[in-house]
Order: sequence, then structure tokens, then C-alpha cells
Amino acid sequence: MTDFPNDGTKSGGQQWASEAFKGRLAKRHRKETGLKLLGLAALSLAFLMLGILLWTLISGGAQAFRQTHVTLDVPISAEMVDAADPAAGNYRGVIGEAMQATFPDAAPDQMRALSGILSNAAQFVLRDRVVADPELIGQTVEIRVPTSDTYDQLNKGNVDEGSAEATRRLSDEEIRAFRQLEAEGRITLPANWALLTNADSRFPELAGLRGAIIGSFYALLVCFVISFPLGIGAAIYLEEFAPKNKISDVIEVNINNLAAVPSVVFGLLGLAVFLNWFGMQRSAPFVGGLVLALMTLPTIIIATRAALKAVPPSIREAAMGVGASKQQVVFGHVLPLAMPGILTGTIIGLAQALGETAPLLLIGMNAFVTAAPGSPFDASTALPTQIFIWADSPERGFVARTSAAILVLLGFLVLMNAIAIFLRNKFERRW
Amino acid sequence: MTGLAFALLLSASLAGYVMNRRAALALRDGGQRLHSLGMFHGLYALLLVLVPAFVVTVLWIMLQGSAINALTMSGLPDGVVTDAVNPQLILTEIQSIAGGRIFGEPEPWKLEAAERMNSLHAASGWLLVLVVAALSAALLYTSRRQVAADFRARQAAERIVMGLMITCSLIAVFVTIGIVFSLVFESVRFFQMVPLTDFLFGTRWEPQIPIRADQVAAEGAFGVIPVFLGTLVITFVAIFIAVPVGLMSAIYLNEFASRSFRAVAKPILELLAGIPTVVYGFFAILTVAPALRAWGAALGIPVAPNTALAAGGVMGIMLIPFISSFADDALSAVPRSLRDGAIALGATRSETVLNVLFPAAIPGIMGGVLLAVSRAIGETMIVVMAAGLIATMNINPLDSVTTITVQIVTLLIGDTAFDSPKTLAAFALGLMLFIVTLFINILALRIVRKYREQYD
Repeated sequence: MTDFPNDGTKSGGQQWASEAFKGRLAKRHRKETGLKLLGLAALSLAFLMLGILLWTLISGGAQAFRQTHVTLDVPISAEMVDAADPAAGNYRGVIGEAMQATFPDAAPDQMRALSGILSNAAQFVLRDRVVADPELIGQTVEIRVPTSDTYDQLNKGNVDEGSAEATRRLSDEEIRAFRQLEAEGRITLPANWALLTNADSRFPELAGLRGAIIGSFYALLVCFVISFPLGIGAAIYLEEFAPKNKISDVIEVNINNLAAVPSVVFGLLGLAVFLNWFGMQRSAPFVGGLVLALMTLPTIIIATRAALKAVPPSIREAAMGVGASKQQVVFGHVLPLAMPGILTGTIIGLAQALGETAPLLLIGMNAFVTAAPGSPFDASTALPTQIFIWADSPERGFVARTSAAILVLLGFLVLMNAIAIFLRNKFERRW
Repeated sequence: MTGLAFALLLSASLAGYVMNRRAALALRDGGQRLHSLGMFHGLYALLLVLVPAFVVTVLWIMLQGSAINALTMSGLPDGVVTDAVNPQLILTEIQSIAGGRIFGEPEPWKLEAAERMNSLHAASGWLLVLVVAALSAALLYTSRRQVAADFRARQAAERIVMGLMITCSLIAVFVTIGIVFSLVFESVRFFQMVPLTDFLFGTRWEPQIPIRADQVAAEGAFGVIPVFLGTLVITFVAIFIAVPVGLMSAIYLNEFASRSFRAVAKPILELLAGIPTVVYGFFAILTVAPALRAWGAALGIPVAPNTALAAGGVMGIMLIPFISSFADDALSAVPRSLRDGAIALGATRSETVLNVLFPAAIPGIMGGVLLAVSRAIGETMIVVMAAGLIATMNINPLDSVTTITVQIVTLLIGDTAFDSPKTLAAFALGLMLFIVTLFINILALRIVRKYREQYD
């Protein structure tokens, strides 16, 4: 038997209480703290970036949710607008006269610059009102119309009035005229519902998301109608019926790889097959929906298989036991129980499809369309492609509107994910 | 007309359901013992009518457009389609006239052709309705004749359902085949114009070739190496940011974070993955690129306005949750015994993570990193918005570089004549992108799967 020395040394002769040991231990603990801090730093960096991203969007986009308007008294003379055909009246002239009346001292060449305060839409707003109510001819009506983008920026404090006159887009005189209107209480800054109810326009103050939202809705509808039944059918077959052989292996590998194919490749497929070979309509939400459906299919299949797998075998066995056929078991018992999970996965897949841009660009859904689509076969944009178009536009007003459009898109995404989470929490069953 | 066809096939199949169910129930009431429930007789008729009629209608709608276009074009008078004008342009003009949008004074033969196109459309619609009606009637008759006491209606209906489900699962295969086929088809046409070796080994990428013969433009060059180099630069920047940050986040969340912190932090991190890429692209051009430029100016380093750092960095941020969730899964999958063993030997948590768990989790993490690389190579919107357009032989991330996906999108936005090497080049790039990402994905999935088997 060996005698162990009982003086606090290990067999290697190390002192548990020695200074060298304490130093080593402290070093190891420092390393521990170091790793911990590194991890925290990494997480904070990620959160910081998310915070900067959201803050940029919110601070930049918030302005676009309000729009500067001018209230103007417009006398509609019968000379300018013929009561027999109110739609063809000279509303431009009517507005010009009203502006002249507001600035009685302005010379004609100044007037041209001053009429730029109003948006191009002013005459159409007036026309629509008169066409709707021809009684107004001969009276003075009060209209409230958007100002053009440069004055909107001025009102929101984005024009540095202290800078040299030549470096800004508004002259001192134009700013004075605007301040005069403001002093008269004609300038208001109401909520900008036009952002949601107007279609696209070249003028930032008129541009809205209506066309894009409807286009995205149609595309998602087509995507859902196609990918939901196909995805469920494929998942049920693969999960419940497919024999384990080479063919079902190939299908499985295929689906997993399809889920990782870059989205732009699906755009190429859509361009070559749907547009070039089948001759379908370019820029149509229907084609966009088809392409998105092919992209969403793997997501739905994978989610459905997971949901089916979560249904315990006892359900299947019980149904079999009372004499149901295999398909009766699946369609009558397993599928209804798996439905909440399937729906959750589908909504998450659709939310991904809503944010997808590249394939839609390739099939031409970045067209400049000034009317909302009436059907899935009309040319249209979608929300993400509209964001792409606006981000490319040089006008200052479009920068804020791009952020606002992104906030609208993120709002839809949050809504869809919230529905998915609600469905999961409400209907999910734990066995 | 299409609506009528769909209404017809739906009502025919519903009628089939009611008719056959009634017939079967009548047999039962007559004292015979049915093999299948009446419902299954109905279901069989419904499916037998619905499936073929639906398939015919959909195929008809998909193919009628190009058939009518071909008929219209072949019916044009001789001599109007010459080599000087693009037949595609003529077709587009005729289509817009047929749709009622007439610009200027079109030639009479164009008006005639538009009229013929409209009448062909109307005829095609009626023919479709007729075909659907005839088909439904024939199938209704067939299914009604099959109703008998010993007809195995349930098995027959289930066979149809099974066929449908198999078709559904084959769609995924068809999509892959469709992708490969369309890419290869267009690429082969491209390589007939530009030799494969020029494409693979050329060092100049200048796709701005003349579209018309008399146009003044640069001689085109389609060498893919500078484009590929740019893709690699941006991918490298993205991975360089995403991997350390994602990995460290995963280690912290997995080892050090309290349960409640983890429950909050993980979903927030996942938010980064849910933001659409077009938003990241806007963030890159609006915030990141100007900030990098300002920092560069402060340090005296020239930074290009669309530097690869901006696009790559933002892409890296996007990939953080991707890496971190893969690393998290891989670390969690290491068996508990390894962790307990290390702790029992007196290792600190960090020593356990770095010396025991991390080496064991490396295959899983590598799989995740590879998938992230494939994501970064295929990512489109961030680079389209924030990276450059001009391909140069350049690996400096401060300069502007271009990527495969940027070139695909810029070549295909706007006019797309399918006979110009400019358009077809995009498909060749797409084929390359598809092959590269597919290879990386298969490799990654194989690594992940192999690693999982080790411990299960």
C-alpha cells in the first residue's frame, strides 16, 4: 500500500492553496467571464442592429403618415365650367384664379411658382366634387388639397431655411408665400389616408399603396389556393401512405432542397415557363401568385408533416379498431386534429411569401401602374416591389414614403404571425 | 367563359354525387346489401367527374394563350413580318389593339388580326365549355352505370384520392425538373452564341451589347469570373459578421442565459430572420452605406458609395439568427453525459463549452454555416439595392462589387427579348447559381444528417 502525503499536495506536487494555483484559477474564471461578456456583446450587437433598423424606419416613416394640406376658397365661375358638361371644365384655370385671389399682390410670373404650392391633384379633386354635385357651379367652395412634396417637406421641417437660397429647392419668396398661407390658418397636417387609398403616382404627395396592397392580396390568394391543397396532399401521402423506398426518398430529398433554392431562381422559372412558354400576362398578380406558390409549397409540406407526426398513433389505432379504412382514419381523424398546426405553418409560409421580392421583379411586378388592379390578371405591383420602386425614386418625399410602406408591410407580417401564434395557442393540443 | 366552365364542372360533379348516392340508396332500399356506403358511391362519381374535367380546363386555360397567339401570327398576310421587325413587337401591338387600347392609326392588317384574335378567344371559350360539358356528361354516364350492390365504390374512390395525393407529392419533383429544364434550355441557347469557355474563364463582364444592328454600343463580353469574385467578396463579408456573432449568441443563450432571458431574447433574435430582404436593402442604402462612408472619410479611407461592406454587413445581420439557431440546435444535441462529465472533472462552463461541447457540435455548426453561405450567395434584394452594377476584378470590400443575383435581375428588368445573349446570359448565371447552391445545400444536409446519426 502506498502512503499518500497528507500535506495538501496532489500527486503532481501542486499546492491547492498556493499563489500559483490561485492565479491559475482566477485566470480560468476571468476566461469564463470573458466568454460570457463576448456572448452578451454579440447578442447586444444583434439587438442594437435590430433597434437601429426599426428606429430608422419608424422615425423616417412616421412623417409620411401625415400630409400637409392647403384649404382654399375656390369660386367656380360658369365661364370656366360649363354646367352641361362639368367633367370638361377648365379646373386648372379655376384653381389659378383662386390662387391669384389669395395672393392679390403677386405678379403673373410669380404666380406660376406659387401655383406649385398645390399638388397636381388639386384640379382633379375639384373636378370630382363638381361632377358629383353640379349645383356648385357659380358658388364658392372650400377645398382641402395636398401641397406638393417640396412644401410638404418645408412644413415638416425638412428644409433648412437658414441655408443659402441657391442650395435649397424653395426660394425665399416661395417660403414667404407658404408662411403667409400658414399665418392665415390655411395649412393643416391631417392623417394621410391617401397613403392607403391612392394607387401609385409619380408625385410623392399623391402616391399611395392601394394598388400594391391589392396586388399582394391577389398574389397571396392565388398562392394559398394552389399551395395549400397541393402541400397538404403531398404531406399526407409522404407521411401516412408512402412506402419507404427509393422513390419516396428522392421526393423527400427533393422537397428539402427545393426549400433552399434561391428565390431568384424561382423568378427565372416563372419568366421562362409561365411568361415565355405559356404566354401569360406579364406583371399579373396571378403569375406572381403561381411563382410564390411553388416557393411556399415546401414550407407547407414540411409544416404539415410535422403536424401530422404530432398526432399520437393511439388516435389512428382507435379509428382502425372500429373498422375505418386507412383513408377514413386520415381524413376523418388525423387531419382535423392536425389542422391547427397545418394552418399555423401555412400562415407563416404565406407571411414569407408576402415579403418575397426578387421573383416578382423578374416577372415584371415592378411596373409603374397608376390604377389598382381589378382582377388577378391585371398588371399590378405588390407591396415589396412597390417598396423597391419607391426606394429607387430620387424625390425626398419618397424616402419617407418608402419607410412608411415598409412599416405597412411589417404591420401585415406582424398581423399574420400574431394570427398564427393565436391559432397555435388556442387550438394546439398537447397529448 | 372560364367561369362558366368551372361552374359547369362543379355542378356536374355535385350532380354526380347526388345521383349515384340516390341510386345506391335505392338499391339498398330495394333489399340488396351494398358493398360500400351510399356516400362512397356519390364520392366516386364526384371525383370521377371533377378530376378529369378540372385538369382539362386548367390545361386549356394555360395553353390557349400561346396557341391563339401562334394562330394569329400564322394568319397574318405574307410579307408583313420581315426580319427587320421583331414579331414579338407586332404580337404585342395586336394584343393591345385586341384589348381595346389603340394608339395612333394601326395598319388595317393589324386591326384585322386583332379582330381575328378576339374571335379566336371567344371561340376557344365556347369550345372549352362544350368540351367540359361533353366530358362531364360522358363521365356521369359511366359512373352511373357502375352503381351496383357489389361495386367496391369506397376502394375506387380511395384509389382516385391516392392518385391525387401521389400527384401532389410529385409536383415538388416536377418543379425541380422545371427549374433545371428551363435553366438548361435557355443556357444552351446562350452557349450557342457565347462559347462555354469564354463564359467560365473570361475575366471581363460587359453585357451591354447592341440590341439592334445599327446601335452604337460596346462589344459584349460574358466572362463570369469578376461576377463570381464579387459574389465571393460579399458572401465572405456576410459570413465574417454572421458566424462569430451568431455563434457567440448561441453559446450565451445555450449556456449562460437564464431561462427567462432566453425566452425573451430568442424570439427577438428570430425577428431579424422574419424581416423581408427588401427592407434590409433599404436599410443598407439609407443608413449603413452613408455611415460607412462617413467613418471612412473620418479615417481618411476612400469608401465607395455602394461598398461591398454595406451589402455584405447587412446580409450578415440577416444571417445572425440563421447561424445562431443552427448552433443552438447543435449544442443542445450534444449528449448530456459529455457535459456532465466535463463539469464533474472540474471544468468551468466556458471550458466545457469550448473544449467539449463545441468540438462535438462542429459538424452541425458547419452544416449551418454552409447553408448560410448558400443563402448569402443566392440572396438577391440586399445586393440589388446596395451593391454595384459594374463587374471588376476586385476583392477590396471597400470598393463596389457586383454579384450573380444582381446581374440576373438587372439583365432581366425591362426589355426581355428571348433571342439576345444579354437576356439568355441571365439564365446561364441562374444555372450556375442553382448548381452552386444545390451542391452546398446537399453537402450541408449530408453533414447535418451524418452528425445526427452519431448520437441517436
